[in-house]
Amino acid sequence: MSSAPPIDAPRAPKPEDPYRLGHRAGGHGHGHGHGGHEATGHGEGGPASKWTITAFGFWIFLLSDIVMFSAFFAAYAVLAQSTAGGPTGRELFDLKGVAIETACLLASSFTCGLGSIATYKKNVLWTEIWLLVTGLLGFAFVALEFHEFAHMIAEGAGPQRSGFLSAFFALVGCHGLHVSVGLLWLGTMMAQVWIKGFRPPILRRLLCFNLFWHALDIIWVGVFTIVYLIGSGV
Amino acid sequence: MSDLTEIPFDSGDAAPGSEALNSHEAGGGIQGYLIGLFLATALTIGSFYIGATDWVWAPSIPVALIVLAIAQMGVHIVFFLHITTGPDNTNNVLALAFGIMIVAFVLFGSIWIMHHLNHNMAATGAMMMRGMP
Repeated sequence: MSSAPPIDAPRAPKPEDPYRLGHRAGGHGHGHGHGGHEATGHGEGGPASKWTITAFGFWIFLLSDIVMFSAFFAAYAVLAQSTAGGPTGRELFDLKGVAIETACLLASSFTCGLGSIATYKKNVLWTEIWLLVTGLLGFAFVALEFHEFAHMIAEGAGPQRSGFLSAFFALVGCHGLHVSVGLLWLGTMMAQVWIKGFRPPILRRLLCFNLFWHALDIIWVGVFTIVYLIGSGV
Repeated sequence: MSDLTEIPFDSGDAAPGSEALNSHEAGGGIQGYLIGLFLATALTIGSFYIGATDWVWAPSIPVALIVLAIAQMGVHIVFFLHITTGPDNTNNVLALAFGIMIVAFVLFGSIWIMHHLNHNMAATGAMMMRGMP
């Protein structure tokens, strides 16, 4: 009790709160005609930079993409028991393969983040290296998934076999398609970074690509949990 | 090679996924990605593990798996996408909240309606069977 300082004791000046509304981290922002201490949303300081607007627009796209995936998830959840006498998830799914696919995608999400840091630190070489590693891990994921699909179809468990398998191939195939498109985008970004360097448009595209790749991993968390783990237990 | 001051940091509105967002925080930079990787790996291993063992009461395994999945999605959002509760992130968080709301409506709505539909259809089917000669 007595160790508490008196209320009127002089205090050290408060350090600047980095979470204060409108705080400008690092103070390296571009000027939009304001000093950086106004909260936005009051019509002050003009519009946000193209960097922020592009990334926010892409974030909105990603969220709508996730809403689309939620419809595929809902279709799968509704049709999971509709096997029409065909093979069930328990008979079809190979959890070891799924675990390897999951590890590939999680590792690629991590290396993608390392690439993002390399970009932030203006290092072209390491950006390229981490993008390449990300791409190789993503390719391993797609190859494993393709192999799994080919195996299932060869066993007569193709998408036309039952409602369950239609929903399975629609959901998991749609995710695989997204990863494949992401690989094409990744290759394009590697070429553009190599040839054009860190120009503002390239930096914006890299930011959007990183968001896209991380979002794919978030969707895969839902896929391996709902489709594979719960599907092989039921 | 242009300078990275090309990447602006708007006061009050930060670009989602921008490294500048949390570079001054403990969860920023390489450390943030390492924490994220560690947590995500632990949650993934946990998911695969409890499905294969009897650690969790069997009927509750699906619920446990869904809880682990939601936790892992949270880890990805915070440590990989840098969507945090900081004030510069408000727009991104609000967009995310709206997305989650739509996803919840679609998922729970579909499952709820189809469950009732299947239930009623099954009863109708049974009644039709009874009515048959």
